[in-house]
Amino acid sequence: MAKVLIALALAGAVAACNSGPPETEKAAREGILLFGNGSEPKGIDPHLVTGVPENHIISALVEGLVAYHPTNDLEAAPGMAERWEHSPDFKRWTFHLRDAKWTNGDPVTAQDFVYSWQRILSPELGAEYAPMLYVLKNGEKFNKGEIKDFRQVGVKALDARTLQVELEGSTSYFPLMLQHYSFFPVNPRAVEEHGGMVDRQSGWSTLDNFVGNGPFKIKKWVTNQVFEVERNPAYWDAKTVRLNGIRFYPIDNVNSEETMFRNGRLHLTSTVFPDKIPFFRKTMPEKLRIDPYLGNYFYRLNVTRKPLDDKRVRRALALALDKKLIVEKVTKGGQAPATGFVPQGIPGYEPSDAVQFRPDEARRLLAEAGYPGGKGFPKIEIMINTSEAHRKIAEAVQELWRRELGINVGIYNQEWKVYLDNQSNLNYDISRAGWIADYVHPSTFIDMFTTGNGNNDTGWSNPQYDRLVDAARTAASEEERVKLMHQAEAILLDDMPVIPIYWYTRTYLKDPRVMGWNPTLLDNHPYKHVWLSTEAPEAGK
Amino acid sequence: MTDHSETAVLADEPIPPPTSASEIAEEELVEGSSLWKDAWSRLRKNRLAVGSLFTFIAIVVFCIAGPWLSPWDANTQDLFLGAEGPSSAHWFGTDTLGRDLMVRVMYGGRISLMVGLVATIVALSIGVIYGATAGYLGDKTDASMMRFVDMLYALPFTIFVILLMVAFGRSLWLMFVAIGAVEWLSMARIVRSGVIGLKKQEFVEAAVSLGYSHRRIILRHLIPNVLGPVIVIATLTVPAVMLLEAFLSFLGLGVQPPNASWGVLINEGQQNMEIYPWLLIFPALFFAATLFCLNFIGDGLRDALDPKSAKD
Amino acid sequence: MTRFIAKRVLQGILVLLAIYAVTFFLVAATPGSPFSTERAIDPVILKQIEAFYGYDKPTSERFVTSLVNVLNGEFGPSAVYANRTVTQIIAESFPVSLKLGSLSLLLALGIGIPAGIVAAVKRNTWLDYVPMSVSMAGICLPTFVMGPLLALVFGLILNWLPVGGWFGPEFVILPTATLGFYYAAYFARLTRGGMLEMLNQDWVRTARAKGVKESTIVWKHCLKGGLIPAITFLGPALAGIISGSFVVETIFQVPGLGQWFVRAALNRDDFLVLGLTVLFATLIVIMNLLVDIVQVALNPRLKYD
Repeated sequence: MAKVLIALALAGAVAACNSGPPETEKAAREGILLFGNGSEPKGIDPHLVTGVPENHIISALVEGLVAYHPTNDLEAAPGMAERWEHSPDFKRWTFHLRDAKWTNGDPVTAQDFVYSWQRILSPELGAEYAPMLYVLKNGEKFNKGEIKDFRQVGVKALDARTLQVELEGSTSYFPLMLQHYSFFPVNPRAVEEHGGMVDRQSGWSTLDNFVGNGPFKIKKWVTNQVFEVERNPAYWDAKTVRLNGIRFYPIDNVNSEETMFRNGRLHLTSTVFPDKIPFFRKTMPEKLRIDPYLGNYFYRLNVTRKPLDDKRVRRALALALDKKLIVEKVTKGGQAPATGFVPQGIPGYEPSDAVQFRPDEARRLLAEAGYPGGKGFPKIEIMINTSEAHRKIAEAVQELWRRELGINVGIYNQEWKVYLDNQSNLNYDISRAGWIADYVHPSTFIDMFTTGNGNNDTGWSNPQYDRLVDAARTAASEEERVKLMHQAEAILLDDMPVIPIYWYTRTYLKDPRVMGWNPTLLDNHPYKHVWLSTEAPEAGK
Repeated sequence: MTDHSETAVLADEPIPPPTSASEIAEEELVEGSSLWKDAWSRLRKNRLAVGSLFTFIAIVVFCIAGPWLSPWDANTQDLFLGAEGPSSAHWFGTDTLGRDLMVRVMYGGRISLMVGLVATIVALSIGVIYGATAGYLGDKTDASMMRFVDMLYALPFTIFVILLMVAFGRSLWLMFVAIGAVEWLSMARIVRSGVIGLKKQEFVEAAVSLGYSHRRIILRHLIPNVLGPVIVIATLTVPAVMLLEAFLSFLGLGVQPPNASWGVLINEGQQNMEIYPWLLIFPALFFAATLFCLNFIGDGLRDALDPKSAKD
Repeated sequence: MTRFIAKRVLQGILVLLAIYAVTFFLVAATPGSPFSTERAIDPVILKQIEAFYGYDKPTSERFVTSLVNVLNGEFGPSAVYANRTVTQIIAESFPVSLKLGSLSLLLALGIGIPAGIVAAVKRNTWLDYVPMSVSMAGICLPTFVMGPLLALVFGLILNWLPVGGWFGPEFVILPTATLGFYYAAYFARLTRGGMLEMLNQDWVRTARAKGVKESTIVWKHCLKGGLIPAITFLGPALAGIISGSFVVETIFQVPGLGQWFVRAALNRDDFLVLGLTVLFATLIVIMNLLVDIVQVALNPRLKYD
């Protein structure tokens, strides 16, 4: 029996020998992009999802008023709106919709957007990303049930093709916010047919019932295996679209994804394992991509606990970290050592350089706080969520603090959900964190540390900071706003309830056949501008 | 992930009755030393088991004494050095943070072996007492106690362990207990069937007629007489537990950094096996060798303690 | 026999109910919720979501509701994966696991049983040591080492086989091999033990003394009884191989059930956890029943009790 089985296995192996061209080459000829997408999408309803893999899929299926620009995340490309104008104070915006169709044949109308925004703001739906729409006049009040009549919310269809929007405050970057999927339209007929506006489990966003208006339409969805989209001929700009389809593979194991990429089964990976970056740099430099990415890796300090309630201790910890060493020797992905909280790369916003490696000052501050040479320093711990990468960084930080300050901190890892619980309940000393910008503006980083903000999670509160952030929100001009933001950031970095460690990069592997895949600040790559070259990218292999 | 049912098999094997029941009743403790002597002489003939035993002892000594002899510390990093292959300074090379791998393997061994040992002791204590009580009391008590074991058998182990680990995650000791708590079932079954076999023996009846308490009879008369199979299954539980710990490390639910068990080291090495193969090879070698040895020692003991094989 | 089966089925149902209760309260007591995310959710919104899935009710009330639903065959929605019910998820992934599991089991039996028989017959010789050592390798290297190792060798270096996905027969080979080797070791050891037990029986010695050929003894008289331990293991092995192949499924991108066991627990996806638990427990109960029946068929000396 064993022999038979072995023979069978061998026969199978020989038959399956990858003698033909790799899958990536075949797919390139068919115009199909093979995309490593991290994990299985939790759903594809733009109003209910919150994750990156979901975003990758939805942005192929649905298009909002404005679209992503192929090279510049600071520019809004025309989408469902062919043009728009705003009042001088940036509070009233008018969007002129183009002649576009849903995949079920309905025209895309201004009323569809009113319906969609009412849907995501409806308290009964419980949409996690509804606060994105608090920028609309009365958006927050409607979402919190304080007003019941949606007509009081700042969005109105003047006619089928004209949408007028009123905002709470002056927001010059509003079109950039519209690129986010929480502002995307849904097809009212499809939603109503399958459970109605506020049904979280409505059946419209499934393989069979989904209706979109984007460059691609849904073709196949096999859980944990593949999500496939194909070209949507009814899309308004179908002639620009060069890909015939995209297959999103949910692969959450980084090593498996890499193996599949090198086995010729993926054009793109979602990420790479940090320790392998030098190896890729050496063996396949043309495939390793390191793009800028607007995000900040930092440690939260619980200011309600001793000894972290002492500003001098917090500053000592921050100044004692040689972050250059961490990015070069541990994360290895071309990240920049963080000298401020708002990452570099936002045009018009000079990053702060307040946090430098100053070990002498750190030792002095620690001594002033009553722990000369680390003597008598209480036992505190760094909480990380389970991940090899976080563990390594924490181990390096632990060692650097021991070396520079003579203190011993512990590390403990917590499973994701427990970690989240502990963090929001301030049940930690130091907690590892990361934050990726929702849109290209410093406010996406600064707003979170106001008193009582759900993402503050440090127990830190500073009335002057709150005032500055508030003033920035309603500032008359962008220059004024940037100035206020700078002042707020300076307070944050002086009080140091957080230790910024590094500014992100996006590291992944990309097959050289993939063209039109440009580095952007928020890692957005509008698929309609992407194509696959069929020429052999290299002679060797 | 682990094998619960092997024990179900053992449970069907009759427990060797003491050579002379009356003799044991007089001695009160354990069976005549001749049985153990015979077993030892049989074990010695099993070259694989003996070799395994010596290798295992060598590994244990290496892990316990090694760190004292090594000039390196397990947690001191050398970020500038990073991961380097074996050299005269670092015999097993260094890991990506520049820590000496040999010392880390030694410490990892201490943790892994301790997890194996402590969890097995936990499992052993619960299992033996539970099984012996069920078997001795018999009837309805026995039936309901064993139904409870059946129920736990049917719990999906993965979910159960993850939830326990999530709840207890922070403490190494609670982790031992959590693992032990899912491994005791097999012990309980074996001990129970052993006790049922012994119950009708004269020396137990004698003890009952002398008016000894249930507690005394179970602890002093019954349990010592089922020690043979218990030792066997314990030897086999240790590797099972170590594998389980490795699985938890793969999920990231293992021991806390900067400490690392073999499971943690192997998982780290596995991710880097192409570029830094030594990070996988050394911990995996020690881990596999230990499991090998323990399994062969267990099998050897089982053969040796089976009196029928004495007739060979 | 009918009475025996009826009794066992009844017991099985009680076991299932007890397991349901234990799991329910264990999940409820575990910290974390299915809805917690990295970005803070507004408490008002969170309340709405919780109300939608019934989490605003006290635990005891939720328990009764969910139990009634499950008894009606209604396992509820996944709290994390929108628009997917527990039944759908299981229906999608179970066949995959079944295929991977049964193929692996076949492989495990194909290697393990012959190795075990040879080892028992040639006890304490190299023909015992070598097959046992080889088969032991399967359990001494964790599957998360074996899997990537096979992927590296057969996928990248030799470039013979695909390393991830589940799209055709060639995709089945590596995961099957990884999983199969792991279980082969158990079968080898069980078979060896069982065969030794039989070969040491008095009547075998008698037969030998009478000059019956060794091969006749082994194949005709001992094999049936010697396989009992392996068969006993078959039930739990199948249940375990189906549910516990998380590592292999993750490494080779197999869309099976094992991933859900881990993911459901990590997501605190209560309904899914409960659905999977009930499925697993049912499998175990049925397998054990079948094993008991087969055992009696193989060994008439045993009786149903």
